[in-house]
Amino acid sequence: MPSLKQMSANPELLAPGHRACAGCAAPAILRQALHVSGPDTVVGFATGCMEVSTTIYPYTAWKVPYVHCAFENSASTIAGAEAAYQVLKRRGRIPADKKINFIAFGGDGGTYDIGFQALSGAMERGHDMLYICYDNNAYMNTGIQRSSATPRGASTNTSPAGRAVPGKQQDRKDLTACMVAHNIPYVAQASVSNHMDFMRKVEKALAVEGPSFINILQPCHRGWRYKPEDSIKLAQLAVDSLYWPIFEVENGKWKINYKPKEPIPVADWFKEQGRFRHILKDDPEGVIEWHQEQTDRRWKELLQREAASQED
Amino acid sequence: MSNKLLNWREMPIGGMVVRAGNSEEYETGSWRTYRPVHVEERCIHCLRCWILCPDSAIKVEDGKMVGFDLDHCKGCGICAAECPPKCHAIEMKLDSECEDEASA
Repeated sequence: MPSLKQMSANPELLAPGHRACAGCAAPAILRQALHVSGPDTVVGFATGCMEVSTTIYPYTAWKVPYVHCAFENSASTIAGAEAAYQVLKRRGRIPADKKINFIAFGGDGGTYDIGFQALSGAMERGHDMLYICYDNNAYMNTGIQRSSATPRGASTNTSPAGRAVPGKQQDRKDLTACMVAHNIPYVAQASVSNHMDFMRKVEKALAVEGPSFINILQPCHRGWRYKPEDSIKLAQLAVDSLYWPIFEVENGKWKINYKPKEPIPVADWFKEQGRFRHILKDDPEGVIEWHQEQTDRRWKELLQREAASQED
Repeated sequence: MSNKLLNWREMPIGGMVVRAGNSEEYETGSWRTYRPVHVEERCIHCLRCWILCPDSAIKVEDGKMVGFDLDHCKGCGICAAECPPKCHAIEMKLDSECEDEASA
């Protein structure tokens, strides 16, 4: 992969002037992905913050072909575009050696919940495409409603913390593991705090034949309740607390890309965020302890899977 | 940003957006409360600010960080927070005070 210095000579493919909140790291994710994939890229975007804020009429921030998708079908739209590309290539309308990248984007609402069926189908059919989910842990675009990516205990507008209920009652779905279970060539989990790792993963995912999936954690200061400048720091704390380990699964082989030397307690990540303020004050259900147990268990499983992959 | 509205003859068919990346015409710099100030002598040109800037507002020439696109910088402060602590080459200052300096 080229260095940042070499990349900085490339044209910027996501124009400034989009209306993402100040301090939102999601446009940085888009920029990083586009710097790797280059101008020969077709992007499809499920309804979400980035879809709306980058394309407010009569403006668009995109300098690559971009398909505006509904909430549920960015994966199937890009799968269709990819199928059309294969046909045009076979008929000689597109030169056989021309490589076009197909990337579908979605937030966690459009990926974990509403777009899951379309995503699962596109991955199963084996289209040569990449799906990137930027996971900000709730439906942030419509005003912070719980999604199946929201961690247990987080306060959102549809799972507000009060006297009766301390935030969301259920824990998040492990979507990355669901995608690994699709037996696709490349699945990875990344974090916006580790940009070189993310860009390397995008490069790898675009290079493989067949479908690939990257799930990237993207803190949202409106929903998580922290200062806008701390977006990258919050992602780093999630990685350091092992809550959001960054790893890749290449043809069934698990590899952890970053092992913190001294992992921090999950509570250290929680206390930076207003959405967990109530359980830090008073935690009768023991949510923090429960999270620590779950995180330790998941990390142990991950280490076992990595060790098992190295054996064969 | 041009404020002129198009009449029905000038409007593209279907109201299409015909120029890719025309959001550049929209200046988000007016959102800003704090502005980043580059302290050039402390900068090591690691380009961490450039790759993490959500608004493509870090200007880079020949692999060197040269300043900010203040028409689009929303003043979020990610660049200042993520600048390596050993150099700390970006400082956040109140935008209103900086404008006073410019007009004086």
